[in-house]
Amino acid sequence: MLTIRDLRSGYGHIEALHGIDMEVSEGQIVTLIGANGAGKTTLLMTICGSPRARTGRIVLNDRDITRMPTHEIVRLGLAHAPEGRHIFARMTVFENLQMGAVTTPPRYFAGDLERVLTLFPRLHERLDQRGGTLSGGEQQMLAIGRALMSRPRLLMLDEPSLGLAPLVVRQIFQIIREINREQGVTVFLVEQNAYHALKLAHRGYVMVNGCITLSGTGEALLADPAVRAAYLEGCTPTGDAAATGAEQDNVTGDRSRHPTGVGPSVAARASATGFSQRDRG
Amino acid sequence: MAAPSRSPSSSTSSPTPPGSALETVRQAPHGRILLDALAAGVLAALLALPILGFRLIEVTGGLALDYRFRLVGLAALGVFAGRILVLEARLALAAWRPAAARPETRRTFLGAYASRQSFGWILALLALILPWLPFADRNLIDKATLLLIYVMLGWGLNVVVGLAGLLDLGYVAFYAVGAYSYALLSQNFGLSFWVCLPLAGLLAAVFGMLLGFPVLRLRGDYLAIVTLGFGEIVRVILLNWQDVTGGPNGVSGIQRPSFFGHPFTATTPTGTTFHDLFGLPFSPDHRIIFLYYLSLTLALATNLVTLRIRRLPIGRAWEALREDEIACRSLGIDPTRTKLSAFATGAMFAGFAGSFFATRQGFISPESFSFLESAIILAIVVLGGLGSQIGIVLSAILLVGLPEWFRDLQQYRMLAFGGAMVLIMLWRPRGLMASRDPTVRLAAVPTSPGTGG
Repeated sequence: MLTIRDLRSGYGHIEALHGIDMEVSEGQIVTLIGANGAGKTTLLMTICGSPRARTGRIVLNDRDITRMPTHEIVRLGLAHAPEGRHIFARMTVFENLQMGAVTTPPRYFAGDLERVLTLFPRLHERLDQRGGTLSGGEQQMLAIGRALMSRPRLLMLDEPSLGLAPLVVRQIFQIIREINREQGVTVFLVEQNAYHALKLAHRGYVMVNGCITLSGTGEALLADPAVRAAYLEGCTPTGDAAATGAEQDNVTGDRSRHPTGVGPSVAARASATGFSQRDRG
Repeated sequence: MAAPSRSPSSSTSSPTPPGSALETVRQAPHGRILLDALAAGVLAALLALPILGFRLIEVTGGLALDYRFRLVGLAALGVFAGRILVLEARLALAAWRPAAARPETRRTFLGAYASRQSFGWILALLALILPWLPFADRNLIDKATLLLIYVMLGWGLNVVVGLAGLLDLGYVAFYAVGAYSYALLSQNFGLSFWVCLPLAGLLAAVFGMLLGFPVLRLRGDYLAIVTLGFGEIVRVILLNWQDVTGGPNGVSGIQRPSFFGHPFTATTPTGTTFHDLFGLPFSPDHRIIFLYYLSLTLALATNLVTLRIRRLPIGRAWEALREDEIACRSLGIDPTRTKLSAFATGAMFAGFAGSFFATRQGFISPESFSFLESAIILAIVVLGGLGSQIGIVLSAILLVGLPEWFRDLQQYRMLAFGGAMVLIMLWRPRGLMASRDPTVRLAAVPTSPGTGG
């Protein structure tokens, strides 16, 4: 569905992505994990056409979208819920959802709205409320719901768990699974919350310093010792039903420590996955 | 620690600790008010000393200083007493309003909307019957016409600044384009007002697009500077393109409006005059009233069109663009088209207002289209609360109407104007009508029993 070949991109003189190769297959959930500043958001933005790719090709459903302007790419069935949610704060929930449907014919609107509101009953209660007055989790639901209103075949989510309470994070991930399973939408998920994301994903990619260093099925990556050392410190290997609240806290806690530096033992092991000392210094 | 806190309560007349606590709570505001007023008085004295305290007077053989400390004292005392009065009144008001009633006075969002709606209708009705009110004279109607021009301009600029969030400091350029379009088209080609009006709007809209193209990538401060420059360019061109625009002499003898071909004059060489048509005695007031209704029609049309567009996808896209450009693009909205359409629509309304201005004045010159006009129109939009239609009417009344009524104050006119602006910003820092009305309302309306389920 989405194929990326040797993609290079960046801002000004700085190259942020150094030749990315990637594949998102129809009907799957594909996850991209990586530390702060690895280039995950840049990759999503480049797929959307801003910034433009310097070299390489991005192909969506057999159409080359590398040089297309953002708003035309969206019309090809790709929806993007950008990092930081970007909801329209002064507009109501309903108006936000309306904005999501600008590219679709009006006759679909009622049905699509119904679908999104069934998925997010919370939004139904808040239809008349201003977007800016919603809680963080509700805003994320609105951002995803708004993206779904454009009837995408591929939904790209940029850190939907950012700044949310563990319980809400679990809820959001549950909904992402539902979107994929019941509505057949392919999901490309960018996350720092590696544990949840990999558990959900059919396929995962690990990005370090603008390069893909590892890829494989979600389960394989979850079991990979290097990934575990760098991104899943403190999680039990069983994964599945053992996901207690304490573990989730650990994952979130690990994330928040990233910007300030990783503990010495983790740093030593992290070099195996491609972390360089320069990157953290 | 406990002993000293207990001793004052036992020494006061009311022995119970709760009573004394209540006493201090009650007395504290007055003490604070006194302190506050003292500080204000001292500040006023300090300020008044250099402003009021000294005066240069002419004496034989040169200049001398005249001391007026009595005035300084009076000013300080006035501020002191005034501050106490204001604060005490506020306190009394708060106490007088029963605490239980307060939640009721806090209007719901919907209630505020409904009352604003009815307020709008009342204003429109008032505007409609204004010329027939007993106190309405020529002067008042003329001023109301001027006011309506500014309301129209405010509504037009509101599309650009209020809805699309593009700060435009050169809006007067489109107003000028509209005015000159009408003046030149009617003078050189003899076209009538009703033919020129759409043409002027179209020309202004084209100019809006022309300005829009180069500034598409700019936002905020940078956009403001470029639009400011554009406004000046248009003015300078009008000033220097002597052959076409008449330069600083402007265009005079612009065709006055007629009632569908029947002029508002005492006699006419061809056809019938307006008063002959209706069998009325001739009165110069007819034209004034006609102009008033013409401006009212144009203004209401501007309002209706704006309100309608807000509900269309393009209007919603404007507002979404103001809120978040990244989100807009990721939803498939073309920011280029959205911005250009906002510029063009806003400019078109300015073009209509401009051609009306030209026909009303009969004479236009570049002086009427200075930066100050842009600033006033922008102030109307900002003070009214960005995006609010009613707010713009109110702030136009304040900003354009008040200086007219303040004319009696002579040189203190601008002082009063400035004071009014400061007061507005203190009381309504986000504009007179700050909250945005949603374009769709889903709140369950109680269905009447007749309609059924």
